[in-house]
Amino acid sequence: MEKRPLSFYVLAGFFALFVLFLYGPTLTIGILSFQGPQGGLTFPMNGVSLHWFRDLFEEQAVGDIWGAFRRSLALGLMVMVTTVVVSVMAGLAFRKRFLGSGLLFYIAITSLVIPSILISLGVGLIFNQLGLKVHWATSGFGSQLTWTLPFGLLIMFAVFNRFDKSYEEAARDQGATAWQTIYHVVLPIIAPSLIGVALFGFTLSYDEFARTLLTAGSYNTLPLEVFGMTTNVTSPVIYALGTLTTLFSLMIIAVFLFTVWVMGKRRARAGSDAGKGV
Amino acid sequence: MSDLAGDVQPVEKRPAKRAGRRLGPDVLGWLQAAPLTLVLVCFLLAPIAMIVAVSFWGATEFSIYPAFQFDNYAFLFGSDVTYRVFFATFKYALITWAFTLAIGFTVAYFLAFHVRSQPIQIALFLLCTIPFWTSNIIRMISWIPFLGRNGIANSALISWGVIDEPLEWLLYSDFSVILAFVHLYTLFMVVPIFNTMMRIDKSLLEAARDNGASGFQTLLHVILPLTKPGIMIGTIFVVTLVMGDFITVRFMSGSQRANVGRLISNDISLLQYPSAAATAVVLLCTVLLVIGILLRFVNIRKEL
Repeated sequence: MEKRPLSFYVLAGFFALFVLFLYGPTLTIGILSFQGPQGGLTFPMNGVSLHWFRDLFEEQAVGDIWGAFRRSLALGLMVMVTTVVVSVMAGLAFRKRFLGSGLLFYIAITSLVIPSILISLGVGLIFNQLGLKVHWATSGFGSQLTWTLPFGLLIMFAVFNRFDKSYEEAARDQGATAWQTIYHVVLPIIAPSLIGVALFGFTLSYDEFARTLLTAGSYNTLPLEVFGMTTNVTSPVIYALGTLTTLFSLMIIAVFLFTVWVMGKRRARAGSDAGKGV
Repeated sequence: MSDLAGDVQPVEKRPAKRAGRRLGPDVLGWLQAAPLTLVLVCFLLAPIAMIVAVSFWGATEFSIYPAFQFDNYAFLFGSDVTYRVFFATFKYALITWAFTLAIGFTVAYFLAFHVRSQPIQIALFLLCTIPFWTSNIIRMISWIPFLGRNGIANSALISWGVIDEPLEWLLYSDFSVILAFVHLYTLFMVVPIFNTMMRIDKSLLEAARDNGASGFQTLLHVILPLTKPGIMIGTIFVVTLVMGDFITVRFMSGSQRANVGRLISNDISLLQYPSAAATAVVLLCTVLLVIGILLRFVNIRKEL
């Protein structure tokens, strides 16, 4: 192996600083959430305790965060499933040029770049004028999809750009119908990427704020609840909540990554070359 | 319509069949794209149309009423607050873009060309992307203990003797707003740039070296031009996220700074929807114009 040039060490140092920049603040509030009961929002630590975590479990102290958590979880799962199904279908559609495909693509890009507050405002206005009540499971759900679906679609483009079509041709030559080809050949090959789409769908929804601001109605999702706390809570309880939700997100990410990893192992063990097409 | 529907079945079963060739692929494509189209029509196009319509409406203190008047736009363009706020928005976008590009490019370059083992490369890449999947609001809050008057940064600088009194401009200033933007959005540069760099044929780098190019010359004349598509995609993300933001500016500036998003959200909280809608229309046009220009330089679908 050739010797590392000096630039490697400089860049490695830069990279380490970048990682510190990314994670440092989060770790800090992780530590500060263990403040003693008299502790403030910053160092020094005034003793070490679980006081602020206990506070979280007492409803009157912080409002209905567990209800908000349950709603965010349910909404995240709804958005996740919808995003996977709709993105895969759209991804399949976009493999061939169809009348209007260019237009639909640009609309999807618009959905990605449009300022979130416009979705919030527009959907809120429509529901208002139609006399409907905004609710996280209807207007909130639809608004979040305008953010997760374009992401899912872009991932599907990346997937199908690398997809080896000869697998499909082989299936078709052996007499598989179009549906059988998709179900038994295409979907298993792209499965790991679908887990990626699912991860995007869930986490983007679980953390979404701007698009649910005017569309969630009277029952807040967790990010809305957290934001409400920033304006009227000035104790480390907000760090405790931040630490818990971040841990939850990390757990979700770990589950998804672990699933992809297990899938990869299984394939390697089965000696199948299916994954090579991805 | 029944003709179209009738063609679907045979096409699905035998895609190669010549008979349905003109019409068939279109119909299958439409069916597969229908759910996406439905969502985008209901929750993107209809809201945009609604905002455009409402931007011509009138408002009293408590309610809004349909009308066709240009008052909202006249007020918007007649006020120099608008120009200042748009200027501030572009300023945030430009500065954030410059920092995220410099940092993102360096990080991606390190990962793509200096990390030799693939498992480590994947692990470090994931390390960079994981924060993207956690809450932005929590990540903003997490700067408070750092930047506050008695925060870590000030205490450290005082104990090192660099400053005598706490710096006031660390939190609730342009500095903290841009810091938060860079913190939140650098990933959007790292990922597409890294993706493009990984697709650069390594033999091109060898060729450059064989011809006597220094590492820096290779970077400047080979890698940088080939990475342009990734840079463009990252730019689109960062610019649109910053231009459309209202929450980061509000939170990190302690409501002391404004951008267009905040102008809209302030109007919304005062129930001045027509005025908010007019501002939103102008913002949307601005963003789409910027993206339209950027898209001229890159074919997104090809680069993924």
